[in-house]
Amino acid sequence: MTALPTTARTAARPRARLGWLLLGAALLLALPHFVYPVLALDILAWGLFAVAFDLLFGYAGLLSFGHAAFWGTSAYVTAYALSHGLNVPVSLLAGAASALLLAVPIGFLSVRSYGIYFSMITLAFAQMVSFVALQLTDFTGGENGLQGIPHPNLPGLNFDSNLVRYYFALLVFAAGMAAAYRLVHSPFGRVTQAVRDNEVRAQSVGYAPFRYKFTAFLVSAALAGLAGGLTVFGHGVVSLEVVNWRTSGEVVIMTLLGGTATAFGPLIGAGLVLLLRDYLSTSNFPVGIVTGLVFVLVVLFFRAGVIGTVQNLLRRR
Amino acid sequence: MNAQLLLIQVFNGLVNGAFYALLSLGLAVIFGMLRIVNFAHGALYMLGAFGAFALSETLGLGFWPSLIVSPLIVGLIGVILERVLLRRLYGLDHSYNLLLTFGLTLLIQDLVKQVMLSQFAVSSAPYTPPEMLTGVVNLGFVVFPKYRLFVIALSLAVCLVTWYVIERTRVGAVVRAATENPTVTRSFGINVSAWVTAVFGVGVALAGLAGVLAAPIYSVDPYMGAELIITTFAVVVIGGMGSILGSVVVGFAVGVLTAVGAALYPPISNTLVFILMALVLLFRPSGLFGLPEGAR
Repeated sequence: MTALPTTARTAARPRARLGWLLLGAALLLALPHFVYPVLALDILAWGLFAVAFDLLFGYAGLLSFGHAAFWGTSAYVTAYALSHGLNVPVSLLAGAASALLLAVPIGFLSVRSYGIYFSMITLAFAQMVSFVALQLTDFTGGENGLQGIPHPNLPGLNFDSNLVRYYFALLVFAAGMAAAYRLVHSPFGRVTQAVRDNEVRAQSVGYAPFRYKFTAFLVSAALAGLAGGLTVFGHGVVSLEVVNWRTSGEVVIMTLLGGTATAFGPLIGAGLVLLLRDYLSTSNFPVGIVTGLVFVLVVLFFRAGVIGTVQNLLRRR
Repeated sequence: MNAQLLLIQVFNGLVNGAFYALLSLGLAVIFGMLRIVNFAHGALYMLGAFGAFALSETLGLGFWPSLIVSPLIVGLIGVILERVLLRRLYGLDHSYNLLLTFGLTLLIQDLVKQVMLSQFAVSSAPYTPPEMLTGVVNLGFVVFPKYRLFVIALSLAVCLVTWYVIERTRVGAVVRAATENPTVTRSFGINVSAWVTAVFGVGVALAGLAGVLAAPIYSVDPYMGAELIITTFAVVVIGGMGSILGSVVVGFAVGVLTAVGAALYPPISNTLVFILMALVLLFRPSGLFGLPEGAR
């Protein structure tokens, strides 16, 4: 966390931004040597999921409470593709594409509503997906989930090694992050933020809010799907939990904890939650109590998240 | 399917509907007046059931006293939650209420799980209905458990009273005024903040009541509210968020529809409510009984 001061100045100094980026890259490259590589890969996958969620929440102002639908659908599709002999990149893309396809009707119906209504509607659609997943036992394994999903090696890449899988996932993660970053800092991203801040005003200067929110929804869902595929690649299993509403809640807490509408906040939030959970799983302490408490405290006192709080402290100085 | 089976399904549906109605009624009261989306409603419903179980285990309190005491305790917990936590978020986006209560849900569920394991050495427990409500009633065309009939009747009565108080009495008028225009109401010398707390307490106590009623039907389990709350949200959205009448009518209707639907085509049972919700949102975004968003 000592590197955080740099982020606070990124907006003003492009060179500091580059330095921060390099430091982040170095940290992620070194990560599997500090924590178990499968956990490290999990951090990447959930980090990307949180970035995808934040694209919608932080930048478009839409609190989706149903993002598990995209993460989970892609997890199942990726697993299906992998176990039918498709290679890893194609399977991941197939998963992301399935999430994107699913997002077309859901986004079309939900982004017209506002605030809490949007949250409720996305939650309901996610529940539909979750019940479908429970019913389609041939495809999803129902309550039992799917196990032993293969990860066919690529020429020169032996995916049986946890480390190789991690570094491959890091590539995918970096691509996803780059896409999200480009989008946020594009004219499209600026307009989306304008729509978030004042929809009426954005409309009156000639932008159609629906188009921007809908597009943001699609991109967010596709990235969430890509992340869902990564967990399958990392663990080789899919459980029904991937489409549960708790999963939708988890990604919200990760994003909030790290800091919404910041480049690295969601990743840091995901890392903190997963490391905390990993630590707690070895103790006897119930995870829900801690997660719930963290959630409550963050919402009450810490809404800017880790990165936002540090930025505010520095600004005040 | 023959007519008798269908009737049984309708009755079973009414029982489920009684819970949907009580829970969504509480949610509607809280949302309609305070604009809080209380995600913790399901956990508080569970607390009602757990309260009945714990009161019986520790004090030997029977069903009838628990039916009063447990919702009161849950209501009191609600009052504390509103005073200590939710109050801090009123100036902010409504999403934060949802997030805070989501966190509370995780916290309450696992706390109760710990208490059940450490104090009572069970992870989930049955709860018996009072003797006078065991057995069945012959309704002529169908034989039905007494307790379930009681649940339907009590739920209907509570829903009616709540609707009446809010829509037709002076108390209801004051509460609506306090929440619609706090500044003006305050200038009439009405303690708005106390009313807000009371409304939240009552809404939450309704969830507690539903919990006690549910304990003899489903057993007491820390996660018993988790899936129910999602269905209840769907009911609230179909009925029109904040609409008292909508939540009661749609609550019972959804209960019956899903039960009948499940009898005709089992796989659809749990999904039906969400399909309904998508359809309603498509054609009437503000819900069946809700005012259009602009008209609020």
